[in-house]
Amino acid sequence: MNGKNISGFGKLSLSLVFSFLYVPILILIAYSFNASKLVTVWGGFSKQWYTVLFNDDAVVSAFGLSLQIALLSSAMSVVLGILAGLVLARFGPFQSKSLFAGMITAPMVMPEVITGLSMLLLFVEMQQWFGFPAERGVLTIWVGHVTLCMAYVTVVIRSRLVEMDRSVEEAAMDLGARPLKIFFQITLPIIAPAIASSLLLAFTLSIDDLVITAFLSGPGSTTLPQLIFSRVRLGLNPEINALATITVLAVTVLVIGANRVMVKAELRRVRLAAAT
Amino acid sequence: MMNRLLSLRDSREAAARGARRSLRWQRALPRGRSLVTAVPYGWLLLFFLLPFLFVLQISFSEVEIASPPYRALVTRAEDALHIALNLGNFTYIFGDPLYFDAYLGSLRMAAVTTLICLLIGYPVAYTIARAPEAKRNTLLMLVMLPFWTSFLVRVYAWMGILDNEGLLNHLLLSLKLIDAPLALMHTQLSVQVVMVYAYLPFMILPLFSNLVKLDGRLLEAAADLGCKPWKSFLTVTLPLSKNGVIAGSMLVFIPAVGEFVIPELVGTPESLMIGKVLWMEFFDNNNWPMAAAVTIVMVALLLVPIVYLHKREEKSLARAAKH
Repeated sequence: MNGKNISGFGKLSLSLVFSFLYVPILILIAYSFNASKLVTVWGGFSKQWYTVLFNDDAVVSAFGLSLQIALLSSAMSVVLGILAGLVLARFGPFQSKSLFAGMITAPMVMPEVITGLSMLLLFVEMQQWFGFPAERGVLTIWVGHVTLCMAYVTVVIRSRLVEMDRSVEEAAMDLGARPLKIFFQITLPIIAPAIASSLLLAFTLSIDDLVITAFLSGPGSTTLPQLIFSRVRLGLNPEINALATITVLAVTVLVIGANRVMVKAELRRVRLAAAT
Repeated sequence: MMNRLLSLRDSREAAARGARRSLRWQRALPRGRSLVTAVPYGWLLLFFLLPFLFVLQISFSEVEIASPPYRALVTRAEDALHIALNLGNFTYIFGDPLYFDAYLGSLRMAAVTTLICLLIGYPVAYTIARAPEAKRNTLLMLVMLPFWTSFLVRVYAWMGILDNEGLLNHLLLSLKLIDAPLALMHTQLSVQVVMVYAYLPFMILPLFSNLVKLDGRLLEAAADLGCKPWKSFLTVTLPLSKNGVIAGSMLVFIPAVGEFVIPELVGTPESLMIGKVLWMEFFDNNNWPMAAAVTIVMVALLLVPIVYLHKREEKSLARAAKH
């Protein structure tokens, strides 16, 4: 579908929805620079809450833990997601393939309280049977995040594998290249943009997750979302506004940057295809 | 004669070479393939499917003051296995109106959220899909950006607005539209607004990717034949976007049923949603068997929509692969 111009109704609905989506976030950012301790009363411009935030040891250490878990789980979920994507997009039917495909879809929509509780019960039973994992912490959170993120990664990778032009792969196969070589030298570079965007997606999902983490974390492991949640539960808090502002800005820069890189890569691909 | 014999030998050799090569492929492939399949499959079986069996098991057990706080189903005493199945948790769930209301309330909240998201999301997805290609990418990114932003931050943003001494009340008071602050926070309405806000991108995205594939010539043909725009929308666009509508609705409805963070932060203490009930049974009451039983009933409720969504997605992917 390719229209010429946006209609008046279209413009109206877009501007209404975009203000619905963005006004709350803009207000949140504005009030992070509020001098008053009362979050909803404007008391002049101040950067004090950022100073408070950066000197808050609990926040800094929780952020470190979240970052560590997000890096570890996005890396693992991308590896598993590529394998699962290959199985679903490239391998012929095998017994119980539909069960496999179903287990890929389910964690994306399954309410997180369910996933979190069931995984916790698994770890508790495992501990009783084998004594491992001895306690809940980074390892158990990591397993939970990988399971959640790999579902998203698989969907992205799989659809790219289904859409991509297979002629180069087939040519290499006809010339006798081994499957492993084809995968690393041809398939992987072609799907690289999809891998990059799924890595970013997995990272943001992991660093943002609260509910699964709450079930799988132990006494010594408080992630950033858990810390935010425990403070926000008590009411509005200008320090959290400052933290939220930093989060929003970081995500915006990251996503816009990634998007520009990908648009450029796509343009290059289209031009190359047009030239040949 | 000699020539023919030679060529025969050549072709035989070639065939043998070919067979050797395909044999090598076959030998290499099944092993590689089953390994590639086994790793993610094994992970999901162990960490996603197996846990549900434990949930099922523990939902039939009794709460006990111990660590972990439930009684084992199978015990061995005097060389005999004793299996104690306790149906008490389930009879309690179906007997106590608190649980029934929570399930019903969650289903209703999720259904209304889905409907509102559809009504708001459809025009947006349609407009973006019909926008000039140069603008499409930017508009889509504007829709997606909140989705990438922290869920918790987006919920928190509304706490400042809806608070009883919050911005919306300040605004309405200063405009003299109201005399006294409205009780906006901790109501069903506040939960509803934030639910729609949080889940809207999940509706717009699948709708967009469906609508963008719609063949514009069909609409032109309808217009050429004298069809009014609204009529061609109802008879051409809407039926053709059925798959997008269903996918988006499922992606909103299923997780919304078990939502915990939103009712916890902006909801009423009295009218519970089932995700919050599960959380309270587990963390506050330390009643793991009851939490497990609540989970089993919720999974049973959601299994049909999840399987339905999965079947539809597989079908549309198979269709995409064929083209």
